[in-house]
Amino acid sequence: MATAVVSDSGERETYLNAGYGLKSWLLTVDHKRIALLYLMSITFFFFIGGFFALLIRLELLTPAGELVQSDTYNKLFTMHGQVMVFFFLIPAVPAVLGNFLIPLMIGAKDLAFPRINLLSWYLYIIGGTLMIYTILNGGVDTGWTFYTPLSTEFLKTNVISAIVGIFFAGFSSILTGLNFIVTIHRMRAPGMTWNRLPLFVWAHYATSIIQVLGTPVVAITLVLVALERLFHLGIFNPMLGGDPLLFQHLFWFYSHPAVYIMILPGMGIVSEIVCCFSRKRIFGYKAMTLAVVGIAVIGFLVWAHHMFVAGISVYAALIFSLLSYFVAVPSAIKVFNWTATMYKGSITYQTPMLYAFGFIGLFTIGGLTGLFLACLGMDVHVHDTYFIIAHFHYIMVGGMVMAYLGGMHFWWPKITGRMYPEGWGKLAALIVFIGFNLTFFPQFILGYLGMPRRYHAYPAEFQILNVLSTAGATILAVGYLLPMVYFVWSMRYGKPAPPNPWNAAGLEWQTQSPPPTFNFDEQPVVTWEAYNYDEIDEIPEKEEVPVAH
Amino acid sequence: MHTSQAVADKPEHENPALLHHFATKGQQKNAASLGMWLFLAQEVMFFGGLFCAYLVYRYKYFGDFGSASQQLDIRLGTINTVVLICSSLTVVLAIRAVQLGKRMALVFWLLATILFGLAFLGIKADEYAEKFEKHHVPGASFSYHELLPGQEKFPPAERQYANPHHAEMFFSLYFAMTGMHALHMIIGVGLFGFLAYKAWRGKYTPDYYTPIENAGLYWHFVDIVWIYLFGLLYLIDRHR
Repeated sequence: MATAVVSDSGERETYLNAGYGLKSWLLTVDHKRIALLYLMSITFFFFIGGFFALLIRLELLTPAGELVQSDTYNKLFTMHGQVMVFFFLIPAVPAVLGNFLIPLMIGAKDLAFPRINLLSWYLYIIGGTLMIYTILNGGVDTGWTFYTPLSTEFLKTNVISAIVGIFFAGFSSILTGLNFIVTIHRMRAPGMTWNRLPLFVWAHYATSIIQVLGTPVVAITLVLVALERLFHLGIFNPMLGGDPLLFQHLFWFYSHPAVYIMILPGMGIVSEIVCCFSRKRIFGYKAMTLAVVGIAVIGFLVWAHHMFVAGISVYAALIFSLLSYFVAVPSAIKVFNWTATMYKGSITYQTPMLYAFGFIGLFTIGGLTGLFLACLGMDVHVHDTYFIIAHFHYIMVGGMVMAYLGGMHFWWPKITGRMYPEGWGKLAALIVFIGFNLTFFPQFILGYLGMPRRYHAYPAEFQILNVLSTAGATILAVGYLLPMVYFVWSMRYGKPAPPNPWNAAGLEWQTQSPPPTFNFDEQPVVTWEAYNYDEIDEIPEKEEVPVAH
Repeated sequence: MHTSQAVADKPEHENPALLHHFATKGQQKNAASLGMWLFLAQEVMFFGGLFCAYLVYRYKYFGDFGSASQQLDIRLGTINTVVLICSSLTVVLAIRAVQLGKRMALVFWLLATILFGLAFLGIKADEYAEKFEKHHVPGASFSYHELLPGQEKFPPAERQYANPHHAEMFFSLYFAMTGMHALHMIIGVGLFGFLAYKAWRGKYTPDYYTPIENAGLYWHFVDIVWIYLFGLLYLIDRHR
């Protein structure tokens, strides 16, 4: 590992110019480089999943099945779901931003297990390769949920390769979570107490708990499905007396908490952005930390609300319905506290803040419609309709992807040492917001009127809303391509970024942009509380940190 | 802002076993052992899915599971349990040896652990072979015609037989659970082989033996899983 502070070219050494060539990237154990490896991989899968989504929306432009047959359509929505959930949404924020920022935020040189971190990426790539193989070899049409006995007895598609791929991606996610928990426990800088941790770190801590305790359950469940297909074991097979409901319980035991794996890191990002662009301390820090851990804990106890119409007992359904309502409490605390943080703050409308606004609004709609679904009677009415699709896309896309993009803009100067073009950034944020709402709001109405999910054809009276939705998807695609273009552009032509372009609190802003390989020239010692914007704004001049280049 | 105040590099940084991103040996060791415990928590959940599936069906089809359970060789199962408990002892003796700085004793106890592990796997393979012979392997050639437990005391015409489908589910779970356990044993044996080689090269000292300790934790975990498997799979309804 290079130790010189100044590299050959005379530039200040950063993690980017610490080594060149493919080997210096593929064998790196630097958490920041691994984060970039993840960034490229998840972006690739995001566009694959997005491509399937566009095909789905194109097919639904007209009531009759004209673009694809029903079998192909089954594959499209299956692979859209599997790619987006397991290869984009779950790793997106933790493996990219979490990986990059957690050591910086807590003042550590690296994650606790740098080599395991690299191993996680390779496991992800093995899983991703198997997923690509699955797609190219004719796809898979189980639905992303792999429900038995459809997946075990009836389908002739590539179920095994998809399962093995997801198994690998799952272990990648477990190891990332394990690494984060140990890092947060053992690697904090002197003075960085639990109550001084940025909420981004708290959010990742809660996420990691779910990753470590939830993912293995879906892993073994999918292994059992694969064994049932390969060796004809009888575990979920109703012909032997097996219970398909058992599969659903085991599957949702992970896959419901997995929703929180996707959304909690986004909440962490929004907390950072809202404080910075309101120039205020977070309202109710303790409540925010308790809420994020509370969501993770309650999230483990609500899985059967996916099974209200699957034949579970009425009493179980009542309990799970009640518990599902409880999730709304910590979620509401978070939303109220963000708005209370903004109250009387000096708000500026930079791109990350626009995404944070988008997140809060869309997450609120997604969360409130979640209450409809927690309600037993209402859920029976809208179950398996587009209402569900709209609800979880408001959380996953409106919430999580908005937060992810906001975070990418917020920390882009730190990651690359370049500023993105602010005007284009604001424009893209606006396009994403409009495109998103146009795509998914009509789906609430469609679902309420009774259009079922997972069909490639529909009655003619639903066409107008479907056309609106497809038009929105096109706009959304433009909104996602734009940042892609100007981010790449800015890596070469963007303005060089100072260490702290937003004048933000947080240790990650106190090192240079981009940071050196070991993050800090000297071990930082923390003597202040998180989000001390009142102190920062009192002292206009701060210690000079040399700028890269 | 308030960053500076360098924490002086401690002389411990001279220690080759101390990785660059840790400040002290204690921190490194604590991190490794917390990581291992979390990994075991993950393993508990992984096996938990299997145990959950097993318990659901055992509750639902208790008589049939009892009948199928009696087809397992309780003698071999008991021997295997003893073998594994012995291997847990040898792991602990290995850790004791490295703490005392006895290199060859460490290698010896690690090899002894491997030997016990292989003995377990050999006996398990023998049990599996017997299942093939008796057509107790789930799939097209599965066949099962056995009484429910406790039916021997009735006249032949009135005896009730176990449902072969449910028995097939028992054997499915038997293979899934013991197979997953055996896979963990194989990984453990490989791990100890690697550690024994490193130990022979003198890598571990009373100052640094975290890998031995963590591999030991893993091995004890795999043992405990077996203890539960033994009770759940072999000992249903034996008391009649």
